[in-house]
Amino acid sequence: MNLDLPRVPIGPTIEATIDFLVEHLAFATRAFSAVADQGLRFLESTMMAVHPIILVVVATVLVFFLTRKRGVTVFTFLGLGLIWNIGLWSAAVTTLSLVVVATLIAIIIGIPLGIISAISDTVYRIVRPILDFMQTLPAFVYLIPAIPFFGLGRVAAIFATVIFSMPPAIRFTNLGIRQVPKELTECADAFGADRWQKLIKIQLPLAKTTIMGGVNQTVMLALSMVVIAAMIGAGGLGGEVWRAIQRLQPGAGFEAGIGIVILAIILDRVLHQLATKD
Amino acid sequence: MEKIVLKNVVKIFGDSPKKALHMLQEGDSIAEISKKTGNVVGVADVSFSVNEGEIVVVMGLSGSGKSTLVRCINRLFEPTSGGIYVDGQDVCALGTKELREFRRRKFGMVFQHFALFPHRKVVDNVEFGLEIQGVDKDQRREKAEKSLEMVGLKGWGEKYPGELSGGMQQRVGLARALALDPDILLMDEAFSALDPLIRRDMQDELINLQHTMQKTIVFISHDLDEALKLGDRLVILKDGAVEQIGTSEEILTKPATEYVRKFVEEVDITKVLTAETIMKKSEDVAYLGSDGPQTALRKMKKNAISSLFVVNRDHTLAGILFVDDVRRLADQGETDLEKAMRKDIKTVSADTPAHELFPIMQDISYPVAVVNEQNKLKGVIVKGLLFSAIAERGGE
Repeated sequence: MNLDLPRVPIGPTIEATIDFLVEHLAFATRAFSAVADQGLRFLESTMMAVHPIILVVVATVLVFFLTRKRGVTVFTFLGLGLIWNIGLWSAAVTTLSLVVVATLIAIIIGIPLGIISAISDTVYRIVRPILDFMQTLPAFVYLIPAIPFFGLGRVAAIFATVIFSMPPAIRFTNLGIRQVPKELTECADAFGADRWQKLIKIQLPLAKTTIMGGVNQTVMLALSMVVIAAMIGAGGLGGEVWRAIQRLQPGAGFEAGIGIVILAIILDRVLHQLATKD
Repeated sequence: MEKIVLKNVVKIFGDSPKKALHMLQEGDSIAEISKKTGNVVGVADVSFSVNEGEIVVVMGLSGSGKSTLVRCINRLFEPTSGGIYVDGQDVCALGTKELREFRRRKFGMVFQHFALFPHRKVVDNVEFGLEIQGVDKDQRREKAEKSLEMVGLKGWGEKYPGELSGGMQQRVGLARALALDPDILLMDEAFSALDPLIRRDMQDELINLQHTMQKTIVFISHDLDEALKLGDRLVILKDGAVEQIGTSEEILTKPATEYVRKFVEEVDITKVLTAETIMKKSEDVAYLGSDGPQTALRKMKKNAISSLFVVNRDHTLAGILFVDDVRRLADQGETDLEKAMRKDIKTVSADTPAHELFPIMQDISYPVAVVNEQNKLKGVIVKGLLFSAIAERGGE
């Protein structure tokens, strides 16, 4: 039997909303577009301007000074060398640029949001379900609204990546600040600290490790999303994988996949070290 | 002068404090209020005042509302009703900004679990309050170093709190509060987390510091021994309400309620009773220079004692006379008492605890003289007096 109930108009509502936003938020999308595009161009052109070998060495030295660990340093040297060797250098540079730009935007928005939701329970009650929703929605779905806003291409990819990778930055910041022992914030209050002093002098320094954990996750999520975003024209290592799928070239697909893994491991190790330092 | 005045302070935790407050005013019990409204009464109508330079210990078991009460004084907790006045200023009437200013100027606080900032060096912890006040770097470093020196931690400034023992950490906590040179110290179970031995050291140190600082101190404790030792006066709380307010002596000898009486029974009376509380003040003495042997003998006979203390004109202790010696002196026709007087006698100060009197009195056959710093005779303790004092207060 067919119940003659009207269909709940989720799809049409979303479309109408997106149409509305595209029309009325043009200034915002244009601004985002400009920032993302300029950032990408700058990073990419800087990294491509020097010879890969120099960059490999610079990266290796940098990793050594950040981590002080021999294993990671050797891995960085060999891994990046391999990427260059198998001809994926420019793709890797693109991917890294995408990750850096997307992560920076996600952190710049995410950490303040996390701070606000740690301070205000009301904000947290609103933000939390949105974060849950964002994290459970399949990653591909983010790609769709990105297109009407920014069209196919790298800016759309960055937009989707920012949305996808921001939740941990918010969540961990919020958690880190809320985890600061009550006696310490109470002590700051007792000595007459105002909200800002309390935040800067006590809460943020003590939440640092947790916040860095969130940043680490944001970077990792950004990396995974940047690969998926190849479907809407992000290019980079993800683009190589995407092309290999379309042309049925398992070898080329694997090479690009290994390149992504190498980047992921280096980023993770370095960030982990930064988070747990002192 | 009254430094802090609390008037009918009530603190209720929960979402319908008005209803709970009304019930409290109607005389309902805390348990009843909790059952009917789900609200917890932390402090129920507490009034007392703290004089300038005085240590008042707020004492009670856990859940008695003592920590809540101390947080009401600087409004870390907002009192539900009642008034709090510091130097005549109604603390509850202060706006957010004024309150912050007030906290910076008036209060130093020391916490049970130290509440040191683990990411800051010891000296930076001590500087915290000054930093909040915007004192410039050199000046606050100087004050912090001085404060660390006061608590015996000179040279430890560059360490992190985690590298210090518990007792040292709490010294840092104390130094942090003292660095501001506040009028008032709020000490919330400041020594409770320390080992008994270190706790005693810290208590002694606080008493020493207080001699020179003369701060107004509100000290929270669950330990009656500590309260009796530190407090000029005690406020005993139970279920958020005052059971008794008084000096150690009053609490021990005249417990106002059954609850206080039971509490007091647990106390080791010999540590609390001092020479001053036991001694007899109006004992007859012989005056050197004016009294002769016959007078001395008469005084002994009158009081039925076999020895008599001798004092100089200014009432400083000169020695002791024994009846046999004086009689011999009289038989020889001498008039100068000094010839029969023994000078090498044991004396104690007024604050000597009773348990230290036992070994002293065991060694000697005559009474012990209680003297002040100028060696003036304040009183006399005989063995019988010591035992009866303890039996009377401790043996019920």
